[in-house]
Amino acid sequence: MSLVPTSNAFKENATGALQDKPLQEALGIARHHSIQTRLNTVAKMPEFETLRDIGRDLKNHIIANLDTYLLQFEQSVTTRGGKVHWCPDGDSARAKVLEICRSVNAKTVTKGKTMIGEEIGINDFLFANGIEPVETDLGEYIIQLRGETPSHIIGPALHVTKEQVEETFREAHTDLDPARNLEDPASLMAEAREKLRAGFLKADVGITGANFLIADEGATTIVTNEGNGDLTQTLPRIHIVLASIEKVVPSLKDAMTLLRILARSATGQEQSVYTTFSSGPRRPTDLDGPEEFHVVLIDNGRSAYLGSDLEEMLRCIRCGACLDHCPVYHSVGGHAYGWVYSGPIGSLLTPMLVGVENAKPLPNASTLCGRCESVCPVRIPIPKLLRNWREREFARAITPQMERSGLWFWAFMAKRPLLYRLVTRIGARALFNLAGQQGRLRSAPLAAGWTKHRDLPASQGRTFHEQWKARKSQAGKGARS
Amino acid sequence: MSTSGTGRDRMLASIRAGISRQAERRHGEPAPGKPTPLIPARATAPGVDVVGLFKTQLANAKATLDEVASRDDVPAAVARYLANNNFEARVRLSPDARVSGLPWDKAPMLETSRGRSHGKDPTSVTPAVAAVAETGTMVLQSSEGTPTTLHFLPDQHVVVISKSQIVGTYEDALARVKRGPDGALPRTVNFVTGPSRSADIGKILLMGAHGPKKLHVIVVDGEL
Repeated sequence: MSLVPTSNAFKENATGALQDKPLQEALGIARHHSIQTRLNTVAKMPEFETLRDIGRDLKNHIIANLDTYLLQFEQSVTTRGGKVHWCPDGDSARAKVLEICRSVNAKTVTKGKTMIGEEIGINDFLFANGIEPVETDLGEYIIQLRGETPSHIIGPALHVTKEQVEETFREAHTDLDPARNLEDPASLMAEAREKLRAGFLKADVGITGANFLIADEGATTIVTNEGNGDLTQTLPRIHIVLASIEKVVPSLKDAMTLLRILARSATGQEQSVYTTFSSGPRRPTDLDGPEEFHVVLIDNGRSAYLGSDLEEMLRCIRCGACLDHCPVYHSVGGHAYGWVYSGPIGSLLTPMLVGVENAKPLPNASTLCGRCESVCPVRIPIPKLLRNWREREFARAITPQMERSGLWFWAFMAKRPLLYRLVTRIGARALFNLAGQQGRLRSAPLAAGWTKHRDLPASQGRTFHEQWKARKSQAGKGARS
Repeated sequence: MSTSGTGRDRMLASIRAGISRQAERRHGEPAPGKPTPLIPARATAPGVDVVGLFKTQLANAKATLDEVASRDDVPAAVARYLANNNFEARVRLSPDARVSGLPWDKAPMLETSRGRSHGKDPTSVTPAVAAVAETGTMVLQSSEGTPTTLHFLPDQHVVVISKSQIVGTYEDALARVKRGPDGALPRTVNFVTGPSRSADIGKILLMGAHGPKKLHVIVVDGEL
């Protein structure tokens, strides 16, 4: 039921994305917006780098004590009158959500933005079972109307231009005057606000995600700017929280560490507008709030990566900074990655969640430039982990034959220094001679992929080894004289 | 992952197997301990003007501020705010005595009602647990006197606090949350930093997405 990945078609997807004019326009705006905004905000917080260290250490501690904190969380939720449902995979999570919805004959479900909800394809599943899911985050609402998946972790409709939103609303809101003026983006938002208000008030169940689960308080946390998540979890009779296991944190004080780095990394705000801690159903004397509180805890393959060379990806707090700073993401946007998560973190998570054989190109869709790691609030060494995926692909013979042969050949040579030097010497001279006066090549054997678009700068005729040797002997002479 | 047992058993078994692998990889080194949280100095350094910082940060968060001398001045301040902005002179009050108990008869033009919102109230007036200087954040909680719907459904949200409720950090504010008899958090604690907004349409920042379009804070010099 969940979304079928098209990640193996990354190259084709990317080619399409590069030729997609509205997408390139939207990406251009995003690119200019996010990097500077984050920088400005980080500059105002002298402790920011230390907070990142603490965030990393905190997450490492949690990952090493995950069973303890999850059990503590379960107990605290239960004490407050809520329920925790343990779901090993997407199937069991979807079934549990449906069961809860059916217990009150739910017709409509409102949804706050939840990436795990996207991951398990909860919308399509509910719809197929006769329940209407209404996305309430403005970005999610836009892409739901367009029948698309999110192209960014925190800005799901980042790929959509203002003009396209107008077009989408005109098509979807057919009950409104077709001649209405939607020139001003504020009028688009006002229209969505009006439309969704009705949804909030009639929904039987509200589904949100969770940024954190607070173990000792039994509370779940959502962070939003719109307030849609709060309406989603306050107005209906039932509040369901979808959360993956690594979202748990020991205490409120620890959550504050992550809250101080999350918004600054995600949107460059000092703090998001709404951060809400929810625990249990409404108290007997409360005037509003849900009557039932359910937390659906989802593993979906994560625990298998604990204690592996990839476990550091489980530190991710889903801020999207790595997407905002990635030259590849900037060029092709999120949909090229072919599934729910995109950008550098998507290239790590997608192989975990759909199987690396279904996401072969993703670990390779990176120049390993390291910008992602330099901004990650919990210091996930993304380039290193991408290389670990590449090694796994090689070990499992998933890497294309051509590339494998190339790597095998290189390894063969590199293990035989004399042969290596001889061959590279011949190669360097051959390229030098081929290039002639210009010093660059219009085409070269085995390098058509490069020379199709630009010239290949030619070798200067001597290998690095030779030049280094020459330089050292030169320096040696200098020192003696 | 084994396919027998309950989902809970299977998940815990798989997590514990992962934790054993971690121990092997550490080769006898201890598991990573819990780091001590760090509270930024912005609002805690000696000599910091916490109230001044709060006002600056509140403005940065695009909320508005009014200051009055005593609690008796609040109703007139609310009426003035609504009139100056051409908002309807109708407010829904938190039943909590800190707001409900204000002398609303001093603003006779103002239509007041008490209780939760069902989405028909243009403006709400609520108290707060505390106001946080570090980011200009209002901390609100649910209780029988402070329904959560008043924090999200109205178009304008007016928060009334006394100056003594302005604290430096989130931690200071959380310490003031009124807990249940068993020490439990209330159903909800809201951190609110400015009015609702979204940049989901073409990355253009627009105010008033789903929650209140305006957040107005009235600080009372004396007690509430």
